[in-house]
Amino acid sequence: MIKVENLVKRYGSLMVSNNLNCHFEKGKITVILGGSGSGKTSLLRQVTGLEKPDSGSVYFNGLDLTTMGRKKLYDTRKKMGMLFQGSALFNYLNIFENIAFPLREHTKIADNIIKTIVTMKLEMVGLRGTEKLMPSQLSGGMTKRVGLARAIVMDPEIIFYDEPTSGLDPISTGVIDKLIKDLNQALNITSVVVSHDIKSCFRIADNIIILFYGDIIAEGTVEEIKNSKDLRVKQFINGEPEGPIPFTRTDKNYLDEILFD
Amino acid sequence: MDITAKFGRFTLNRLQILGRSGIFLLAAIFQAFLPPFRIRRLVKEIEFIGSKSFLIVFVTALFTGMVLGIQGYYSLSQFGAEAALGVMVALSIIRELGPVLCSLMVAGRAGSAITAEIGIMKITDQFPALEMMAIDPLKYVISPKIIAGILSLPLLTAFFNLVGIAGGYLVGVKLLGVNEGAYLGKMVLAITFTDIYGGILKSLCFGVLITWIASFMGFTAEPTTEGVSRATTNAVVLISLSILIVDYILTSLLL
Repeated sequence: MIKVENLVKRYGSLMVSNNLNCHFEKGKITVILGGSGSGKTSLLRQVTGLEKPDSGSVYFNGLDLTTMGRKKLYDTRKKMGMLFQGSALFNYLNIFENIAFPLREHTKIADNIIKTIVTMKLEMVGLRGTEKLMPSQLSGGMTKRVGLARAIVMDPEIIFYDEPTSGLDPISTGVIDKLIKDLNQALNITSVVVSHDIKSCFRIADNIIILFYGDIIAEGTVEEIKNSKDLRVKQFINGEPEGPIPFTRTDKNYLDEILFD
Repeated sequence: MDITAKFGRFTLNRLQILGRSGIFLLAAIFQAFLPPFRIRRLVKEIEFIGSKSFLIVFVTALFTGMVLGIQGYYSLSQFGAEAALGVMVALSIIRELGPVLCSLMVAGRAGSAITAEIGIMKITDQFPALEMMAIDPLKYVISPKIIAGILSLPLLTAFFNLVGIAGGYLVGVKLLGVNEGAYLGKMVLAITFTDIYGGILKSLCFGVLITWIASFMGFTAEPTTEGVSRATTNAVVLISLSILIVDYILTSLLL
């Protein structure tokens, strides 16, 4: 479905994608795991064409996203859905209009059919009856579900989730996880999830990619990752504060800095 | 660092921002003429920038006209030329005060709101969300605002002129007893089409300035709470200053 080849991206001197190669398989849920600043959100932005890599390619169904023109990119984007970390709902539109938005912009579907589609999508995320509310009147978990309903309203082939469960309570997390899984199975939608939530990752993932400061340090199924011998992977999935992944970012010696600076 | 290098970097940086904002404006206007046309978005923006500014423009115009009536009467009566009050009030308002004051009021009211709105859309990822839905944010969000500015400001200014002249009339004729025929008659004779045309042309330019600077500041705001509040303040200051500066340039070109 999506193939990433030799992707390189840096912000100034910070390497966020260090020659990445990976593959998001059709009909599978791939979870990109990594700590804060590991470059996972940046990878997602490059894979969706929101950001251009410094070099390398991203192939969507065989077409290179990084070199195609704007019009072509927009056409490709119509096959993609994305759930943003903060849901990114339009705060001046109510829930119904938020979900109907892509339909109104890209299709000439009649109002009564739009209503049917929106109702179906809301039913899928379990929020029928909230049509008239404004986004500010919903809880964090509910706005995520509305965001998800909007992401699937055009029946995309692939959905990207940017930290779908961060900041949610355990029950909402469970609901979102189940939704991701259900959508993947019921509609056969390819899913790419960026997350640092190990528990939810193990629950939903078919494949896992672990990023560490712009490098892929592990790749495989849930079982393979769980049984990984790599110390960094072990530290990350067990959430240990001590290990090969340093807590501090600077290379400077602490004593030197305190005593001699 | 060497002072020359610092100055050079500063200048290059500023020039780059100027260039980017220029491309931003041209692209937004260009996009407005490409289908699909979003009339509803445009009407909404005109409502916000234009019709919701009516009250504030009305009050500003009324009191400006009234003050001009008093001040003008005081100055003119020293030469026994009270009859020219209408001409004085109308000329100052139509040529200068109408477009400038009206634009300054709209900048404070709508300009700041535009920057804040766009900045908050940026913080909450609504621009990438539009991108992901295959909609150009520049065309969807910015173009209608700039076109609405271009359409609204001349109309608001015309309204300002009317109310201002009425305010001068109220004070001059009804309160201070200037001859009604002289106030209106001399005014109609003295005002030429060039005066009106110049004022409206100014307001057109200010309409672009307000929406352009406000949108660009919001679009390039640092995506934090602090960044947006700073951008909003900067936008209003920058818009107000550029209105006054551009006003001088236009006046000297038109005369």
